[in-house]
Amino acid sequence: MSLRVRSCRAHSGCVLVVNEVNTEPEGRANMPKTSYSKPSVGATGKTGSWRTFDPVINYKECSKCRTCWLYCPEAVITLEDDGTPHIDYDYCKGCGICAQVCPRKCIDMVRKGTRDEEDEE
Amino acid sequence: MKTELMSANYAAARAVVSARVEVVAAYPITPATTVPEQIALLSEKGIYKGEFIRVESEHSAMFACIGASSTGARAFTATSSNGLLLMDEALHWASAARLPIVLANINRSVSPSWNIHVSHDDSMSKRDTGWIQFYVSSVDEFYHTIIQAFKLAEDERVLMPTMVNADGFVLSHTVSRYDYLEPEEVDKFLQPYSPPHWVMDPENPVAHGNIVFPEHYQEFRYSMHEGTKNALDVYLEIEAEYKKLFGKYFGGPIECYKCDDADYIMTSQGTIGAEARDAIDQLRKDGYKVGSARIRMYRPFPIDHIRDLAKGKKAIASFDRSVSYGFGGPVANDIRASLYATDIRPLIKSYIGGLGGRDITVPDIKEILLDLIKHEESGEAGPEETWHDLR
Ligand code: SF4
Ligand code: SF4
Repeated sequence: MSLRVRSCRAHSGCVLVVNEVNTEPEGRANMPKTSYSKPSVGATGKTGSWRTFDPVINYKECSKCRTCWLYCPEAVITLEDDGTPHIDYDYCKGCGICAQVCPRKCIDMVRKGTRDEEDEE
Repeated sequence: MKTELMSANYAAARAVVSARVEVVAAYPITPATTVPEQIALLSEKGIYKGEFIRVESEHSAMFACIGASSTGARAFTATSSNGLLLMDEALHWASAARLPIVLANINRSVSPSWNIHVSHDDSMSKRDTGWIQFYVSSVDEFYHTIIQAFKLAEDERVLMPTMVNADGFVLSHTVSRYDYLEPEEVDKFLQPYSPPHWVMDPENPVAHGNIVFPEHYQEFRYSMHEGTKNALDVYLEIEAEYKKLFGKYFGGPIECYKCDDADYIMTSQGTIGAEARDAIDQLRKDGYKVGSARIRMYRPFPIDHIRDLAKGKKAIASFDRSVSYGFGGPVANDIRASLYATDIRPLIKSYIGGLGGRDITVPDIKEILLDLIKHEESGEAGPEETWHDLR
């Protein structure tokens, strides 16, 4: 077992995640001297899988005001240079805050599995 | 190498310069105050070239050292008594983060009752924080042990923080002769610290202090235990190198005085071990085969050295300037435990005293050794624990 020490995107990077890679004999010999984590993507898996409702942006109505970007507690909304918001569904928790705060009410929360994934971009 | 008359605290400040320490963070507390005070003065004069961070408490002082050491800087602090106790959380953090910080602790009794004089119960109560511990008996030994402590703590086989303890006032505010080295001379012995395990580097970011689940926590603790145990042999190497380079040697983990042919040994920590030499000489004149063993290294505990020391002895008086409430002298208990797995069975008597700075002088040490001899010869072991000069 070798250890890959990584940070979890889901909880403020505070969790040490030790991934097992079954290539070497198990044991402490491959452990670092102390616990630290390096920034990486998805060390505890894609936490967006916890979601029940998906936020879907209606780009025809979106005014690029960035309010959703500002409020998203998971910081999973990114902006293009012109302010167009994009949701990273790998990590979006589906909390619905973006939909609540959107002044244009152009974010719909739709039950997981009913979203048309082609619409995302 | 140059010679000066100096107090232990000013000598510690000089050691910080000699070892090219890069960050000092400290908060004043009697009797350690003059260590950071002197470093601040040397800093203003441009002699100490590192950073001097003024902090608002000892807790912050140690965490500032932790931050500094995490970036790969050589870090130092000094404190005493309740200041050391306030650092407690950070002491555990430093050792578990494997940061080779060096701390000069000027032993002082813990309050209340308010008392600024020496007892060892401040540092003894930090026994299990994962800090290597030394106790010294002279200004000269304090200075050189601090320099050695950096090399020991930074060794890849060790990587544990190290505390060098000196008796408050007896050493901290008493001037005596010592030999010091210029940084250029120490360079031959002590290379710049370059962290071999982990480092805080903005170019290669890491987060430290993460949650570690039950699958791995224990292994990190085992690694600390291994590093600490390694410190014993690594220190022997370091001392040999230091002796070769600078001609200074303070006796290894346990400094023995006339122990080889002795039937009776008194063990002690700190300056009492220096005082004991005169008592030994006087008792030897009276025909008693006595010796003094001054325990310099308390963690890791030099178990094998204790076994060698105790072999063939009739009795050992272990003198503790501190108490583990409900179980007596901490070092006495460690000595007994070290021998249990062997068939070495001298009579071991524990003596506790000198608390709150009460003087332990030659007549006291003679009294203790004669008490030991009396019990051994009579075959009546007497009390396992004796509070010396309890009024
Ligand atoms: S639903 Fe919550 S987590 Fe997902 S994008 Fe909106 S605010 Fe962020
Ligand atoms: S809050 Fe609504 S309108 Fe504003 S950028 Fe986000 S989706 Fe567009």
